[in-house]
Amino acid sequence: MSVLTTPADIATSHALRRRPGADVAGAVFKWLLIGATVFATGFLAVLLAVMIVDGWDVLSGNLWHFLTHGFSQRSAAEAGVWQGIIGSLQVALVTGVFAVPIGVATAIYLVEYAQDSRFARIVELNIRNLAGVPSIVYGLLGLAVFVQTIHGFTQGKTVIAGGMTLAAMVLPIIVITSVEALKAVPSSLREAAYGVGATKWEVLSRQVLPAALSTILTGTVLALARALGEAAPLILVGAATGFLSFGDANMLETFTGPYTALPVQIFNFARLPGADWGVNAAAASVVILVLVLAVNGLAIYLRNRFEKQW
Amino acid sequence: MTPDHLTAADLQTSLGRRIRSQTVRWLFMGAAAVTVLVSALIIWTVASGAWTFISQVEFTRLTDIGWFPRRGLFDLTTLLVNSAQISVIAMAVAVPSGFGAAFYLSEYAHPRVRRVMKPTLELLASVPSVVLGVFAISFITPSILTNFFSEINFFNKLAAGIAVGLLVIPLIASISEDALRAVPQALREASAGLGARRVTTSIRVVLPAAMSGLMAATIVGFSRAIGETMVVTIASGGGDTSLYNLSLFESGGTLTSAMAALGLGTDQVAGNNLAFQSLFFLGALLFAMTLVLNMVGDVIVRRLQNRY
Repeated sequence: MSVLTTPADIATSHALRRRPGADVAGAVFKWLLIGATVFATGFLAVLLAVMIVDGWDVLSGNLWHFLTHGFSQRSAAEAGVWQGIIGSLQVALVTGVFAVPIGVATAIYLVEYAQDSRFARIVELNIRNLAGVPSIVYGLLGLAVFVQTIHGFTQGKTVIAGGMTLAAMVLPIIVITSVEALKAVPSSLREAAYGVGATKWEVLSRQVLPAALSTILTGTVLALARALGEAAPLILVGAATGFLSFGDANMLETFTGPYTALPVQIFNFARLPGADWGVNAAAASVVILVLVLAVNGLAIYLRNRFEKQW
Repeated sequence: MTPDHLTAADLQTSLGRRIRSQTVRWLFMGAAAVTVLVSALIIWTVASGAWTFISQVEFTRLTDIGWFPRRGLFDLTTLLVNSAQISVIAMAVAVPSGFGAAFYLSEYAHPRVRRVMKPTLELLASVPSVVLGVFAISFITPSILTNFFSEINFFNKLAAGIAVGLLVIPLIASISEDALRAVPQALREASAGLGARRVTTSIRVVLPAAMSGLMAATIVGFSRAIGETMVVTIASGGGDTSLYNLSLFESGGTLTSAMAALGLGTDQVAGNNLAFQSLFFLGALLFAMTLVLNMVGDVIVRRLQNRY
């Protein structure tokens, strides 16, 4: 074998080239990884397919009735998810009203005002810990504080108490995504505004917030989608699992009356015995999956569409 | 008359603008204080409720076999064993596929594939847990598990664990992928320069370098699995009572599903003070466990960020 002396010799040397087709371990490893990825993402398709097949009786013939009627104790065929959809939208509305202003304001404080003060570090640590608290523990908070302690404001187990509970739950998500959004705004923008004599509030309200708005909005929508699918805390703060009568209450009065939510209704369908309730559970699962996936898809699309490259 | 030189007072803005700027500062700080208040209220709620429970319950009642809160039997071992079993099954499902997906996306996937798969993972993370509960009893148990285990109960811990695992995959995949991408490109290039294949680079170079991050992903995923409620309530621990058993083919309640079951009857339970208070005791346990796990995971992730 000749001695390789120049780079050109090395590059063309057959002795150093790996034989083609010999990398069995590499191929096996790669295909294992592909398999894991397909499993991790593909189960969503299986999930949707199973729910559509199981719920087909309702989805194909009875969908309109299912979407526009309330719960019925008499038979599965009469029961619908109308009250759940309304309740979920109302809860999401209350959640947004409480969580968005507080969450975004906290993020602004952390990014724009706090200069690594002790208070700011406490807030940051606190947000990270809150993000990991299991959802059902927020239900305990809602039960003890929002339902019982401030009963005068929430009127007990109502949409308002439920919405406030979920607001506490999604608060860390909104803070974290808003902090990221604000940090992405380049400091040259702020400095230019200060340079022409703006006050801190003017810099924020006229330059920084408009620049970060689309990303903040995306985070908010994702957080509300999370709230839309959550059932555990709502069970503790008294979302009705059974029959629910609005009576002749108007839209405003339903905020302070008994309520239910779509995921809570699915839970109720799932635990009632009998195959026809199972069909309802599957059909309602399709409804909530479509709802949540659509909201999420929209948020992700908006982010990719409006994401600014500074 | 114009002054011949400017003073500091001339450059100062109007009082109104300054006051407005100062006021909003306090508003933002107030909002930040609210987030701390939320934590304080959670801790106060679970701690005071748990204390009421501990100070009233006879300790033998905490170790008698079985969880029957309405009969005054609060055997914690039953719930803890079920929680541990279901979480371990969940991790057995979620860790291999989460790590696999993370390695594929970080080390192998074409950027275009990655751009599609990352949002898909985010989308998966938003699947409501009740839906996975329904999936467990309508598909995992009847269509898959019964083919392998004929003696399996309709409600069982195995299906619940698998469904929780599916729920945790996106979380683990996402944290792991961040950890893998934090490994500097120079390490991979140096490895390739020495003639290593991609599989060698992945296993001998990237894996050890990202090890602590992958551990953090596992810990945070485990914490999420322990806290998962609806899947377990629907697929395994539907009732408000639970007998001690180790079989994965039988039903069994966890810390979380016991809380949901107690919560479903909060109106009735309110009379029986101790059963109601046990709800807060379980909440305190759950809160403490997940807090410790998350803090450990958080410390590891932070250390990793500062390493390179």
